[in-house]
Amino acid sequence: MSYKSADELHHEAQCLLDEYLDRALTLKVKERQKIPGQDMPVQDPEVRAHNMDEVALGYSFEQARVEAFRCLQCAKKNCMEGCPVKIDIPRFVDMIAKGEIEQAIAVVKETTLLPAVCGRVCPQERQCQLHCTLGKSLKDVDSSVAIGRLERFVADWERINNKIVIPSVKPATGKKVAVVGSGPAGLVVAADCRREGHHVTIFEAFHKLGGVLRYGIPEFRLPNEVIDKEIETLAAMGVEIKTNFVVGRTRKLTDLIDKDGFDAVFIGTGAGLPIFMGIEGENLNGVFSANEYLTRINLMKAFDKNAATPIFPSKKVVVLGGGNVAMDAARMAIRLGAETVQVVYRRTENEMPARKEEVQHAKEEGVQFLLLQNAKKILGDERGFVKGIECLKYQLGESDASGRRSAVVIAGSEFTLEVDTVIVAVGNGSNPLISQTTPQLDVNKRGNIVVDETQKTSMDKIFAGGDIVLGAATVILAMGEGRKSAASINAMLLASAKYSNRAD
Amino acid sequence: MNEILFKQQLSADVYLMRLHAPLIAAERQAGQFIILQTDDDFGERIPLTIADADTVEGSITIIFQVVGKTTKHLSAFNAGDALPALVGPLGRPTHIENFGRAVCVCGGIGVAPMHPIAQALKKAGNYVTIITGARTKDLIILENEMKAIADEYIICTDDGTYGRQGLVTAPLKELCEAVQKPDIVIAIGPPVMMKFCSETTRPYKVFTQVSLNTIMVDGTGMCGGCRVNVGNEVKFVCVDGPEFDGHLVDFDNMISRLNAYKEIERTHYKCFIEKAFNNNVKEVSL
Repeated sequence: MSYKSADELHHEAQCLLDEYLDRALTLKVKERQKIPGQDMPVQDPEVRAHNMDEVALGYSFEQARVEAFRCLQCAKKNCMEGCPVKIDIPRFVDMIAKGEIEQAIAVVKETTLLPAVCGRVCPQERQCQLHCTLGKSLKDVDSSVAIGRLERFVADWERINNKIVIPSVKPATGKKVAVVGSGPAGLVVAADCRREGHHVTIFEAFHKLGGVLRYGIPEFRLPNEVIDKEIETLAAMGVEIKTNFVVGRTRKLTDLIDKDGFDAVFIGTGAGLPIFMGIEGENLNGVFSANEYLTRINLMKAFDKNAATPIFPSKKVVVLGGGNVAMDAARMAIRLGAETVQVVYRRTENEMPARKEEVQHAKEEGVQFLLLQNAKKILGDERGFVKGIECLKYQLGESDASGRRSAVVIAGSEFTLEVDTVIVAVGNGSNPLISQTTPQLDVNKRGNIVVDETQKTSMDKIFAGGDIVLGAATVILAMGEGRKSAASINAMLLASAKYSNRAD
Repeated sequence: MNEILFKQQLSADVYLMRLHAPLIAAERQAGQFIILQTDDDFGERIPLTIADADTVEGSITIIFQVVGKTTKHLSAFNAGDALPALVGPLGRPTHIENFGRAVCVCGGIGVAPMHPIAQALKKAGNYVTIITGARTKDLIILENEMKAIADEYIICTDDGTYGRQGLVTAPLKELCEAVQKPDIVIAIGPPVMMKFCSETTRPYKVFTQVSLNTIMVDGTGMCGGCRVNVGNEVKFVCVDGPEFDGHLVDFDNMISRLNAYKEIERTHYKCFIEKAFNNNVKEVSL
């Protein structure tokens, strides 16, 4: 597909809007099926490969309305089944179709706190859009209503037009809630508990807020401005924020409750412990975890000449792994001027955990994919720097229980790539800081905190959610767990408030 | 928060600062470190071991040597200034017990992190021998403080301007050969010095603990930049360390990894110094 600029896409949408506007509300199913799905306008790949600006530019108002016309407004609302936070999707899409954007965003915000984030990073093709009746009728999930893009559109509209409404906060209850970690789970808990009138304090280990949204997901996929705005809203609601504070070290988890008077604690410390492959040469200079590579750039701004944090001047880069983090690292390496960037993945593109859109963007930007291949060992020079990587070829074997086909090594298929940088993006374990310093907290073999169905941990008043419970998952699942945790915390605090009132 | 209460220049490039950080002061134990930034937008995060703490004043003491851009910038901060970011205490604390005879070997600025460890060892009832080594007399720091703790105190200088002439490994070897061998040796200093201390004690099978000072970004286990090989296992210095069995550490790999950014940092530092030449160092925007 040839590249179409935002102007071209906007112009096409304008024509379609003129065509359908008069009878938008009375369109037949067949007619709706025929409205072309609206492509997301993006920066020209040639241009964006050299800048950090956001790749996806967002729908124009006209595009959003035309896309919304495609929704069949079916009675079943299957899409909602696929949404972890159960946004009333048909209703907000209908508002967009009617051009009532302010109402549309209000509907979205009934159930989600961070639509500008989710609209960008949710894997909609595996959630709401997977269940979309239109997509099913056209036998192609890519033909589903672009719910994520519409969500992003309304959220951006609200932000750009300064229409953000600070959620109302109930009268102070005198109860205190501590939120450990300011990633997606923590931000949701902070907002939901604050709304109920509790005093909320967020503790963040880094000097900046946002967790993985800040250090992990690059600016070109999720601009810092979007995160900053969400945090501004929390601050305006009266949430207290403490950065440079490592719960477990700066203050023991139990001290928050026993000494500092917190009535509940939510742990949302995420899956921050990079997994390495355990192959020879992994400690050479020029081998990075994707976390380190991305943190140096996203959080520490190593791409900027004013930044004190250095980044390796990579020319030939190999990224190991096939998830979204691998795509982020590969695309970042292109932007930092690498001559070649190759993603090495041991299965085929079908099995790749990364979103199709991210793989597509990576290809357009010049990332090469070495499929059915995997690293065997990393080769170093006499100074201890990477000079190459030895790989093996694979073929697909039997399907496992989940239906994913196994990768079987082809004996004797070794070959060597000349590279100076290897970025390992094969996943994250659970961060050990809280469990190390709180031995009474139950964790499973993988170090994930064990919780019950209300997200409560083995310790009283202490809840947990997000990747520290799930293992490395997605932003929206973390938010879902945050929402559930907040509901449990609010219920617990309400019950204790009633009890103490009676006691008075 | 993070206000500098006191600053003192200890030698040509070495500074001591007491920082207002009551929470860190209350929680810190011997062997732990902090991470600080001199600019929380464009600054880097550097780890420094806590040399001392005063819970009454709510302060911690850091001692650092000017080696690059951030430490140079830090040295330009004065009493009354506040650091934009300071987090800690990080890392696992030193395991302290009454081992019996403990030998603390400090190289150069390694005296600073050793100070609280020696203090704790003494308090736990150990017979504490402290060996301090430096290139030359002027670079010996905390002499009185360490003397006050030590049952035996040995100074070595490379050039013989003070104490014994030679490396710290010479008296360490003698101690290992004595009738009453040390029960534990703790070595903190430049990686090469820790490597050779570990090699010195290895034949005598004296447990030797080293405190590693690798490159870090977050200091909480998130980036893995600080990883080292210990007994053929990959360990993260920030959450598994910073202290490890010196006989198991792959020092050559660690030293090589410390040099990963040497060239880039040299350029950074040069630019910074050039800018600073025309301005007061403090005003240079990073």
